[in-house]
Amino acid sequence: MKKVYTRPKTMKEAHFHYCPGCGHGIINRLLMEVIDEMGLRESAICVAPAGCGMLVYNYFDIDTLESAHGRGAAVATGIKRVRPGNLVFSYQGDGDLAAIGTAEGFHAANRGEPITVIFVNNGVYGMTGGQMAPTTLTEQVTTTTPNGRNPILAGHPVRICEVFSMLDGTAYLERVTVNKPAAVIKAKKAIKKAFQCQLDGKGFSLVEILSPCPTNWKMGPVEACRWIDEVMTKQFPLGVVKEVS
Amino acid sequence: MSGNAALGEAAVLSGCTCYFGYPITPQNELTEYMAKRMGELGRVFIQSESEIAAINMVLGASVAGARAMTSSSSPGMSLKQEGISYLAADELPAVVVDMVRGGPGMGNISPAQSDYLQATRGGGHGDYKTIVLAPGSVQELTEVVPLAFDLADQYRNPVVILGDGMLGQMMEPVSFDNIKPPKQYTKDYTLTGAKGRPSRMVRSLLFDTKEEEEHNWKLVRKYQRMEQNEVRYETFLTDDAEMVVIAYGIGARIVKGAIKRLRQENMKVGMVRPITVWPFPAAILQELAKTVHDFFVFEMSAGQMIEDVKLALAGKGRIHFYGRPGGIIPTPVELYRIIGRHYYMAARRKEQ
Repeated sequence: MKKVYTRPKTMKEAHFHYCPGCGHGIINRLLMEVIDEMGLRESAICVAPAGCGMLVYNYFDIDTLESAHGRGAAVATGIKRVRPGNLVFSYQGDGDLAAIGTAEGFHAANRGEPITVIFVNNGVYGMTGGQMAPTTLTEQVTTTTPNGRNPILAGHPVRICEVFSMLDGTAYLERVTVNKPAAVIKAKKAIKKAFQCQLDGKGFSLVEILSPCPTNWKMGPVEACRWIDEVMTKQFPLGVVKEVS
Repeated sequence: MSGNAALGEAAVLSGCTCYFGYPITPQNELTEYMAKRMGELGRVFIQSESEIAAINMVLGASVAGARAMTSSSSPGMSLKQEGISYLAADELPAVVVDMVRGGPGMGNISPAQSDYLQATRGGGHGDYKTIVLAPGSVQELTEVVPLAFDLADQYRNPVVILGDGMLGQMMEPVSFDNIKPPKQYTKDYTLTGAKGRPSRMVRSLLFDTKEEEEHNWKLVRKYQRMEQNEVRYETFLTDDAEMVVIAYGIGARIVKGAIKRLRQENMKVGMVRPITVWPFPAAILQELAKTVHDFFVFEMSAGQMIEDVKLALAGKGRIHFYGRPGGIIPTPVELYRIIGRHYYMAARRKEQ
């Protein structure tokens, strides 16, 4: 019988702690598949965040550092400057990159640090229980916007890819999602391109991944996946935002 | 050479391959010196977007195996505390320089010693300590820099160099002949890519409280080794002293001038100058307390080190205090008058 699917070699044999229907598990697996396919297991160094993604080192069989909340891009900068030959990437959520770590992400991007940021955007602070994130949609209900996000009081959802695209140091920025098989295949290609961009020394690369969070969105997994297509992508359009040849 | 520049050159000679910094007075000459020298040598220099970014770049460089340093002054040091706590928790070496200025808040850019408690009590969140070296001259700066890098590597812990605006900006002749090529340390914790070995993780999150407690006790045992082995101090004319002044850094230098004048008038005053303010040289004070009754603490703050002196003496003797907070630098003559008055009053008290 032909084996059509197996655990990536670089994935540890551990059970995910993620909630049912969460996108992190898919994204974790995609990253390790890409690292396997590109033969980067012995080169890769991951910087894990604070937030739902912080335990990736329980799943990734590569060298991993857990950084302070939001500081991933600064820590990755330090690692990459010492070890320019290694693949260095940070794994960051929307609170991590777009709120507390905006300065670190923005300036790493502006310096054109040849690192890759895997930016998981699910529009909420997941680990702390579903508070408003900088990427929470207008009128979206969270535990800290019980009447829906009011932009007059709480500002507007931040489009990181578009903001970073204005910086000369960024080389590759793409927004993808993982809400259906075709989208997952596209997400994998984007990760591969971002890593290749880093290996080619072109500059800063970032893949923003719209990721379902059924638990904090108070939806079923299927509904959450549909919501990404019907609502979330209106604010966060999918596709390549910037690619420097 | 200015203290800041001398510190930079000493770091270069000590094998510092990465420097990350953010401008703040009175330590800018150090950042500027590193910008020039690190560039010449093909080493890493980044002017970061903030002190928070700088300390996290240090953390990244350190975990990648490099000797890394950052520097700042008081307000910036407050911002670095988050990163220092992570360095301590992750057991990563780093050298952090604080050229202290007047505070709190924005304060001013004049020399001060008001970051003592922040530096010696960890400074950030959680149970941790850093070795804190407090040099008193530009020449001594060049001696503590290689020591700081070695101690950081030896204990896998951040080391703080606690200077002040005066030490950083004053010019003195300096020799670097004392600095030997850096020692090699086995670094079996660094993240280099899992080539031919199992993957590693460096983290400070320990959800299991038992595991976190064990980690804390492990750190405590390390700090106890530091307390046993790394206390450094200088004594000055303590053999026959009837009053012993405790002062550190540039404050001790001013006290030395005052003591020379006091001695001319046969006032038997000596000094203990802690070089490590953490671990604090408590044993020598306990030893001196067997024969000396009067101790005089001088600080360029409203009184911070005095807490350590009180703890060290544990109720023995009498502690006198003079502090000048806010960036004021007293003259040796001022200290001569104040210490002299206290010495005279102490002598009268003994006669009664």
